[in-house]
Amino acid sequence: MRAAALSLLGSLALALVASPALAATIEVTIDRLVYSPASVEARVGDTIEWVNKDVIAHTATVKGGWEVMIPPKSKGRITLSRAGAVDYFCRLHPNMKGHLNVAP
Amino acid sequence: MFIRPTAALAAFLLVSAAPLAEAAEKPTDPQIAHIAYTAGVLDIEAAKLAIKKSKTKEVVDFAKDMERDHEAVNKQALDLVKKLKVKPEDNATSQALTKAAKDERAKLAKLKGTAFDKAYIENEVAYHKQVNGALETLLIPSASNAELKSLLETGLKIFQGHEQHAEHVAGTLK
Repeated sequence: MRAAALSLLGSLALALVASPALAATIEVTIDRLVYSPASVEARVGDTIEWVNKDVIAHTATVKGGWEVMIPPKSKGRITLSRAGAVDYFCRLHPNMKGHLNVAP
Repeated sequence: MFIRPTAALAAFLLVSAAPLAEAAEKPTDPQIAHIAYTAGVLDIEAAKLAIKKSKTKEVVDFAKDMERDHEAVNKQALDLVKKLKVKPEDNATSQALTKAAKDERAKLAKLKGTAFDKAYIENEVAYHKQVNGALETLLIPSASNAELKSLLETGLKIFQGHEQHAEHVAGTLK
């Protein structure tokens, strides 16, 4: 009985996640020049929100692609419109590196 | 010709750092705070010169990034020394850095256009390399206060980022 309820809950959760109408916002923290988590699994339509705890500005930049400015003690965000895997970095401090896996 | 100030700076850092290390007394926290703060101030001064003189957007943008980042880090450093009640103490390394930077600024002031851009950026690469070397091998290992050490470690990461950023800008000037 309990197992059945759990399984029902499980499929419900799965259905919610799979629903394109319910795009998620995924938070990536920047603390002392580290993106955390460094690698993120997302879907097209999801939003990545970078929360910058540092006192200096950073970016999330994809070479030949998009760039998000993330001011000090502030946030920056982008809604993912394309599937695929991308590496990104901070243009101002290129020793900072992150990765996004975007499922269709 | 742009190599010389770098070599001079390296020599100054090594020469001035060596007596401190040999004296069994590594630099003290008040001296370390002074060196780190001074290194930031000197890069801000170089940035201000570049913002005034350069007409190349990438170079001016880079200089503005340096000015902003080093001001932010130095503000943190000031807040920390105030909190720790540490009074930064002038020392031979700070003085050598200041003298080398003053000479470099005098050289840069005479240059124009592309020659200025290249000399400024190349010096930024070399300067950050030197300061990062000093942070890694001398200042961070010598710092005794944990909060000061942590601030220096974050500073090192930021300045390593600056070094790579400067290298990237240098690549665009060729």
